[in-house]
Amino acid sequence: MDWIGQYNYYVVFFLMMTGFYVVVARGNLVKKIVGLNIFQSSVFLLYISMGKVDEGTAPIIVAGEAIYSNPLPHVLILTAIVVGVATTALGLALAVRIKEAYGTIEEDEIHEQDDDW
Amino acid sequence: MLLTFLVATALAVVRLRSLFAVVMLSGIYSLVTAGIFIALDAVDVAFTEAAVGAGIATMLMLGTLRLTGHRQVAPRHSPLLPLLVVTITGGVLLWGTRDMPRFGDPAAPVHHHVAPRYIEDSPTEVGVPNMVTSVLASYRGFDTLGETVVVFTAGVGVLALLGIGGRRRRDEGAEDTDDDGGTRPG
Repeated sequence: MDWIGQYNYYVVFFLMMTGFYVVVARGNLVKKIVGLNIFQSSVFLLYISMGKVDEGTAPIIVAGEAIYSNPLPHVLILTAIVVGVATTALGLALAVRIKEAYGTIEEDEIHEQDDDW
Repeated sequence: MLLTFLVATALAVVRLRSLFAVVMLSGIYSLVTAGIFIALDAVDVAFTEAAVGAGIATMLMLGTLRLTGHRQVAPRHSPLLPLLVVTITGGVLLWGTRDMPRFGDPAAPVHHHVAPRYIEDSPTEVGVPNMVTSVLASYRGFDTLGETVVVFTAGVGVLALLGIGGRRRRDEGAEDTDDDGGTRPG
């Protein structure tokens, strides 16, 4: 196993777990969505890291012989970023709606109100 | 170097309780991610991330904070259980990297399936110098159509949740449909 050769992946996993931790351990809904975004962009980084080729350049045709990085992960992540923002918008809209209904976006307080019913 | 900066930003997001600072940091985080994408040759992804991730997402979150308040109460539960879950998951993921190819390895399997065809034939088949564009719009056009459907559904969902009436609510919906139309050419 090559330690330095996979440094990117290790950082990606650390970030992924940081985002996961924020989602699980923090009660504020907006903070949870930020955590979800961190998680999400770490996945993007994972894909883009896989697409990189040594000595490669951006996949745009240049004159002469050139090594290009793999364009396929770029396309997938391009799609994923846009979809990610759409889901973020939906999540935030849910948070606003919950604030209107409960007067708070703290998970614990919402559960307390539910128990009182 | 940039990756280290990214880790620092993420840790600050975990620690901070002022949601305004957290949202600003998530904008910075997106921008640093865009920088890394450029370093990894993904220029199209980088500008989409900078525009959509750092721009629109931050704006949407600021709009939400305006409506929901920007202080977070101190967490009441012990962080031990989440930490345990997260550590185990991370460990499993690390274990999964054991047979992954080295970073930048030209012999990695990901570079030897359909990618060579895209690189070699797309200039003559599609005629667009940017391979990412030709794959996005031509070879994988249906994916992109599906993506449009998802974004449209999300826009409809936001409108349904917030109601059509009310000035500020309509602004929130408008931002979303803006992102629907604005990012299509990318």
